[in-house]
Amino acid sequence: MTAEAPPKIRIRGLSKAFGPKVVLDRLDLDVPAGSSIVVIGGSGSGKSVLIKCILGLIEPDAGTIEIDGRNVLAMSRAERESVNDHIGMLFQGAALFDSLPVWENVCFGLIAKRRISRGDARGRAVEILSQVGLGPEVADLSPSELSGGMQKRVALARAIAAQPDIVFFDEPTTGLDPIMGAIIDDLIVAQVKRLGATAFSITHDMASAQRIADTVAMIHKGSIVWKGPAAAIRDSGNAFVDQFVRGSTEGPIRMEVRR
Amino acid sequence: MGTVLGVLGSVGAAVFAVLATAGQVTLFAASALGHCIRPPFYPRLLARQMLEIGYFSLPVVALTAIFSGMVLALQSYTGFARFSAEGAVATVVVLSITRELGPVLAGLMVAGRIGAAIAAEIGTMRVTDQIDALTTLSTNPMKYLVVPRLVAATLVLPMLVVVADILGVMGGFIVGVFKLEFNAASYMARTWEYLKFEDVFSGLVKAAVFGFIIALMGCFQGYHSRGGAQGVGAATTNAVVSASILILVFNYVITELFFAR
Repeated sequence: MTAEAPPKIRIRGLSKAFGPKVVLDRLDLDVPAGSSIVVIGGSGSGKSVLIKCILGLIEPDAGTIEIDGRNVLAMSRAERESVNDHIGMLFQGAALFDSLPVWENVCFGLIAKRRISRGDARGRAVEILSQVGLGPEVADLSPSELSGGMQKRVALARAIAAQPDIVFFDEPTTGLDPIMGAIIDDLIVAQVKRLGATAFSITHDMASAQRIADTVAMIHKGSIVWKGPAAAIRDSGNAFVDQFVRGSTEGPIRMEVRR
Repeated sequence: MGTVLGVLGSVGAAVFAVLATAGQVTLFAASALGHCIRPPFYPRLLARQMLEIGYFSLPVVALTAIFSGMVLALQSYTGFARFSAEGAVATVVVLSITRELGPVLAGLMVAGRIGAAIAAEIGTMRVTDQIDALTTLSTNPMKYLVVPRLVAATLVLPMLVVVADILGVMGGFIVGVFKLEFNAASYMARTWEYLKFEDVFSGLVKAAVFGFIIALMGCFQGYHSRGGAQGVGAATTNAVVSASILILVFNYVITELFFAR
């Protein structure tokens, strides 16, 4: 009998507060290898802080985050960087380096890790751009010359360029029209499947969540209040999820709005 | 009594805030210096920053130096004429330029031009998640963004000051010879007569320190900016103001170290 493989990402008791404001409250979450999980939740529910804690951009106050069974919070900086070598990230606002042309943005990680020379990088970037539906004419443009949808595609190309094991997506469709949002979602699904990677997304766009996810988890006030298959999202039997899916003001979720 | 305590409380809070910021800047500088000596290095970025900070600052530094030298010659002539010491004009110009005006004016001009640009660029990268993106791409932002700017500014400011010294003295020479009708050869002889190595060297040491301060404050303020466009604007202002004040403070400290008897 073989031991069960650990989940790709295992989070236990993760807590983070900024002053008196508790953002993550003893959060537990498992993400199996090769799956696509989408964490949904309202604004200020702790989604972005959660993803930044996993990426090592914010240091949590308590808890553990294991990737492939190793607690990344206990790692040295060098070990952490080697873990990051196998991670890709698509930021909400694309976060492209506006001092660099598109091709250098796409191959930035490959050049930084010396897996490719600068001389070969442009050609490689053109190949990767074609995987996200962009032509070679885009390679020499500056990010500021691109539309929002194109910037998201370039950011996706950058996220997958190093063929990561895990890809994080922070609000991948925010700021895009519904058609472009669907195109980005389809690209995400296709590329994650091609890589055989584990996908971890956060969004408040329900249509996007259902297109991307195998599993959906709902975060509220820093804790996971529901987790289940994406197909069950509209029939979860959970009051938080039901209110969020309906977009209703009536229910257990109370937004901090002064009237 | 309550009012007095309130005022004292406010003063105390302000002092603690200044001390906390000084501590943060010191830790930031120590971290940056640590990264300066550990690979990876980015020579391409260093070269680009040297070009940006040095070459593109040449016009503004050159104009400032020439006109400062000219006005210095004119002012010292009209002042010294009151006690028949006009002959000291060339000496006063060269000592003032090399010891003080060259490094201080170049430092302040570059603080306005480059300190602001560094804070705005890094601050924008901070608020648009570009610095976080660097981290996720296995690139240390301190090494990639801060170290090239710090090293470039520290190396390039002394070069700019050499240019400023030469042009400042030339400005004084132009006014001295063509307006005040000094003999050109005797003006130059007076310029060299009392000039010592330490006069020029102290100015170059000041320039290197000022370059470090300008880049450090620009990087620190940009790196810690928060809150969108307003935060970047505040970081830019703070970078220029804090660098300018520190330049004047360290100017006194270095002068004291070199010339106090």
